[in-house]
Amino acid sequence: MTIGQAAGLKLGKAVRDAFGTALKELGNEFPTVVTVDGDVGNSTRTEVFAKAFPERGFNVGIAESNMVGVAAGLAAAGKIPVVSSFAAFLTCNAYDQIRMCVAYPHLNVKMVGSHAGISIGEDGASQMAIEDIALMSALPGVAVVVPADAPSTKHLVKGMLEHKGPVYMRCGRIDVPEIYGPDSVLTIGKANQLREGKNLTIIANGLMVGIALDAAVALEAKGITARVLDLHTVSPIDEEAIVKAVKETGRLVVAEEHLPHGGVGSAVASVTAQLAPCPIEFVNIGNTYAESGDPEGLLKKYGLTAEAIVAAAEKVCSR
Amino acid sequence: MAIFKPLSLDEMKAKTKVLRRHIVRMTTEAGSGHPSSSMSAVEMVTALFFGGFMQHDPAQPRWNNRDRFILSKGHAVPVLYAALAECGYFPVEELITLRKLGSRLEGHPNMKRLDCIEASTGSLGQGLSVGVGHALACHMDGLSAHTYVMLGDGEMGEGQVWEALASAEKYKLANLTAIVDQNGYQQTGATKDVLKLTEFQPKIEAFGWHVQTINGNDIEQVIAALKIARSVKDRPTAIVSQTQKGFGILPVLAPTGDLNYHGKPLSKELAEKALALLAD
Ligand SMILES: Cc1ncc(C[n+]2csc(CCOP(=O)(O)OP(=O)(O)O)c2C)c(N)n1
Ligand SMILES: [Mg+2]
Repeated sequence: MTIGQAAGLKLGKAVRDAFGTALKELGNEFPTVVTVDGDVGNSTRTEVFAKAFPERGFNVGIAESNMVGVAAGLAAAGKIPVVSSFAAFLTCNAYDQIRMCVAYPHLNVKMVGSHAGISIGEDGASQMAIEDIALMSALPGVAVVVPADAPSTKHLVKGMLEHKGPVYMRCGRIDVPEIYGPDSVLTIGKANQLREGKNLTIIANGLMVGIALDAAVALEAKGITARVLDLHTVSPIDEEAIVKAVKETGRLVVAEEHLPHGGVGSAVASVTAQLAPCPIEFVNIGNTYAESGDPEGLLKKYGLTAEAIVAAAEKVCSR
Repeated sequence: MAIFKPLSLDEMKAKTKVLRRHIVRMTTEAGSGHPSSSMSAVEMVTALFFGGFMQHDPAQPRWNNRDRFILSKGHAVPVLYAALAECGYFPVEELITLRKLGSRLEGHPNMKRLDCIEASTGSLGQGLSVGVGHALACHMDGLSAHTYVMLGDGEMGEGQVWEALASAEKYKLANLTAIVDQNGYQQTGATKDVLKLTEFQPKIEAFGWHVQTINGNDIEQVIAALKIARSVKDRPTAIVSQTQKGFGILPVLAPTGDLNYHGKPLSKELAEKALALLAD
């Protein structure tokens, strides 16, 4: 994996691994946390928690809609359920249950989707969530959080458990570079600025943050300096940080591992359209399903590379 | 239109080994995939495609009166690709492109990529509903085509499967056969430990279906059950096909201590051993 190399980052663990470990470490501090799984706890890594706290881990089998309903009941009865599956099956298979049993009554359910995006690789499009941010951020009152690396996941998992109300957290499958340190401060709803720059701001989250940092290094060599913002919370969105970026750098590139409609790009554009109109370019997988392949080959084929961000940055600077 | 001449019993037994060798080679070469989930289903897939139960034509994959096979447990697609290649839908050499970027042989079935795939699957629980749709359409159009849907025993946890069972009974879809590949395991362990759905026969019978329970790794029992399923004219039919996950290469898997071996290809070394075991 070459992500983060240009930016001098070292490879760390996958977000899903950090999620499972963090949940286990927080198990005693949050005694009402329980996990609800749909036969994929060894993929989502909730099994790390469930093995440490066996009486607090439930596996309801391959039955995602039931799983979400069960989590809603647990939440209504005072528990903090962390319900998880592959992001595609959690958000798409159980969407009506999420809407009706979790979002509408605003219950304290933490929904965690692993294997998000095309970087899962060989399993192919049926297992790739590329519409989950659109679906989940459409729901009123649901916080949508997309950690970029292992250290930030640790902080955001804690933030998720402390948060009152439903949260969706998106996790990737593959190992990613470390961007944050153990003492970094991450708050749900507040974007983190990772690099200063004058000519434009690159807004990214998840896997795309490391790629954005690589792109910023390449741009600097071309005489373009880019601010990089980690928009780890898509909803509620940090309007202040976005408006500030527009005022101070004038232009935006938004990069995400998602479809073009309804994701981070759309969310950012609706903020700027109202509060700070400016030129924006979008980097995403395009309006298509992806396919099987190696993660790096897929990222290249579907345009999720530092080169693609550099090209978008040059384009937005010429507008 | 091509009607496949059924192979003899001995030829079919030889074919099961051919399919198993393809499965081992293609998943080990891919470095990912679900060989054990494919292995349990080999006798059933062999009997369907080579035992005269499926009328279909590689020259016209979407011929409207073809018999259909929907792999609802889509992760077991190596067994399907192996059978389709052996039928002549695409070159056998293409099998080793499984899961590689640009290959038509994706990690889960994709009907947009290959005409011989009846349904895009990979999100479990959905194939039987699609099968109900095919069966209804065939009935409306006066076609004799039969639709077979294969599900996993873990997959039976999905509520949609039971919704499909109820709707098929309502329309008395005798042209529909559900096959439950009851290999005893799902992703996180033994199926009986995850949910206690394991007594499938009485449950599916209670939905008004004709149900048979057989040893699905015994090809003679498979053939006999498929014949009976085709003879039932008033109801949808199900075959609870009791199998072993990894059947055919269990002596190679057993020493690893993991009899489920879910979603893992064999190492090169284990693959060599498996291929030796599966030699003619
Ligand atoms: C809706 C959905 N949930 C979860 C998964 C992940 N998954 C893939 S295979 C599998 C286990 C399947 O078990 P079973 O149906 O018994 O099939 P087997 O592999 O044993 O043949 C799971 C949980 C999925 N593909 N789809
Ligand atoms: Mg099974």
